[in-house]
Amino acid sequence: MGDGVMLIALLVATLRAGAPLILAGIGELVVERAGVLNLGVEGMMLVGAVVGFAATIGSGSPWIGLLAAAAGGAAMAGVFAVLTLGLRANQVASGLALTIFGVGFSALFGAPYQSHPIPGLATVIFPDLASASPLVQQVLLLDPLVWLALAAPFVVQRFLMRSRAGLVLRAVGESAEVAHAFGYKVIRIRLAATLFGGAMAGLGGASLSLAYTPMWTENMVAGRGWIALALVVFSTWKPHFVTLGALLFGFVTIAGFQANAWGIPVAPNLLATLPYLATILVLVLISRDRLRLKLNAPASLGKPFHPA
Amino acid sequence: MLSRRSLLLAPAAMGLAAREATAAGPLKVAYVYVSPVGDAGWTFQHELGRRALDAALGGAVKTSFVENVEEGADAERVIRKLATDGNDLIFTTSFGYMNPTVKVAGQFPKIKFEHATGYKRAANVATYSARFYEGRYATGVLAGRMSKSGIAGYVAAFPIPEVLQGINAFTLGMRSVNPKAVVKVVWTSSWFDPGKERAGADTLIAGGADILTHHTDSTAVAQAGEEKGVFTVAYNSDQSKYGPKTCLTAVTHNWNEYYIGRAKAAIAGTWKSGDVWGGVKEGMTKLAPYGAAVPDAVRKEVDAKLAAIGAGTLKPFAGPITDQDGKVKLAAGQAMADKDIGEMKWFVEGVQGKI
Repeated sequence: MGDGVMLIALLVATLRAGAPLILAGIGELVVERAGVLNLGVEGMMLVGAVVGFAATIGSGSPWIGLLAAAAGGAAMAGVFAVLTLGLRANQVASGLALTIFGVGFSALFGAPYQSHPIPGLATVIFPDLASASPLVQQVLLLDPLVWLALAAPFVVQRFLMRSRAGLVLRAVGESAEVAHAFGYKVIRIRLAATLFGGAMAGLGGASLSLAYTPMWTENMVAGRGWIALALVVFSTWKPHFVTLGALLFGFVTIAGFQANAWGIPVAPNLLATLPYLATILVLVLISRDRLRLKLNAPASLGKPFHPA
Repeated sequence: MLSRRSLLLAPAAMGLAAREATAAGPLKVAYVYVSPVGDAGWTFQHELGRRALDAALGGAVKTSFVENVEEGADAERVIRKLATDGNDLIFTTSFGYMNPTVKVAGQFPKIKFEHATGYKRAANVATYSARFYEGRYATGVLAGRMSKSGIAGYVAAFPIPEVLQGINAFTLGMRSVNPKAVVKVVWTSSWFDPGKERAGADTLIAGGADILTHHTDSTAVAQAGEEKGVFTVAYNSDQSKYGPKTCLTAVTHNWNEYYIGRAKAAIAGTWKSGDVWGGVKEGMTKLAPYGAAVPDAVRKEVDAKLAAIGAGTLKPFAGPITDQDGKVKLAAGQAMADKDIGEMKWFVEGVQGKI
């Protein structure tokens, strides 16, 4: 493999590793911009992963699997919405409970699906992938979920900043009372945002179970939901920074592997922490402007809304 | 017959009565698993052993298991519960159960405990493990024959002796047929994280590796190989269904005979504490069936190496062995002592990676 192809291969590996983080992170960003803090991303990703996997096996089509994953994630978010928006339960506690529930439910529901190998999304689309030339193979490995992850931040950025609906959504996140006074349906808007976040987290989970590591095993998301949550905060609620953080995280992980393989003397334990350190450092540096941070943070994040 | 009063007065006698009651019935055997049983992996292999024990001894044993038990405080609770439930023989199948097992065993001197891969023993605590490295050496030979680039990739979890033995044996086996071969190692710092194992495999393939193996618990590496058309050698269980075209074989461990033998000994009253470190000879380390891509000549060669290891004529760690820095670790004509193998903390020449 030539050096050029190798660089492209590492880039593709970074994009594929980052896609689940971007999908889940962008979803959570919209939720938080509407003033709702849903800590259940990990649980929603797991449920999306297992429901998508089961639907793919049941129907034989990964596309139906993707729809099911989005629906599964949204259903989980729906439970959260009933608790926090309807019954005004504490968002932090409900979100944590949602993750715990998602871990257990996905394990229970997924138990019969542990032994089913399925072809990854890229192989479904291009069956001859394994025998393609190295360069072509790399391009084909970028499955539709990677493209979706790359496109989503642009769409969301445009929606939030350049559309009336996005302006209303941000208003709800800044001050639910004021938005309510202007006649906007705060609860409905928050519900829509929460469901969107759940669907995106479900797709993020499916990008693992259907495309990146096509299998179902208990707890396969392995903490990526929490990383996505952290990325939203460290990106100061800006879509493109979420992408940047997710790709940086993937890149440093892969660069660490590369250092391993080249024999660069860095202790494995330190290498394992580097992705976290580097991502936090870079995102903190680029968003160190206090005023802008204040402007970006949704002012009523996590506060329940009581219509008078 | 014990009266209620004597029960209250003599808890020790009650314990004895319970023991006698179970001794008359089938031998109760319990297993503690670190992860869900699933259909492949470390725990699954132990579960196969439990099923084999059931099948072999039928009504003479009554087996049960608790899966997904976290190492640490939770493990102690589970092991104690199994002991108070009247089990006669308890297998704890993960390294992290070592201290809880020894602790609970001290409180139940009549119950027999067996701890996998540990080193702490007592009169009623035996230890057992397998020489996975013997299988690794044979698959190294396979890798040396199947690799065109002479670069193998190794996705490994943690730099502990058990993993290092495997990497070193694999490298020695590969270099025995291709002296220029190199083995690139990446550390995932996790036994189970499919995404990270996958990223490690992708990186190794990008770096020119055309055969991959792993010492982690998911099937991600076999799947990465299948997607990209790169050969793989799996670990723990046969993973050919995850890599029908590219998975060449797997280094597996097999506890069936061991579990049956130990249960028989417990029934016969000949069970003794001790340490068993079995390999190819004892049938504890095996290779999964070869994939279609492995030519007949290579199958024969690898089988012959395995047979020689089983017969004791081929020692994977036989001198001369030099480490990564070119320092001689073992002189020609010598075989490494079990103690040195057990405490291995270095890489042999040919490994690219750092501990």
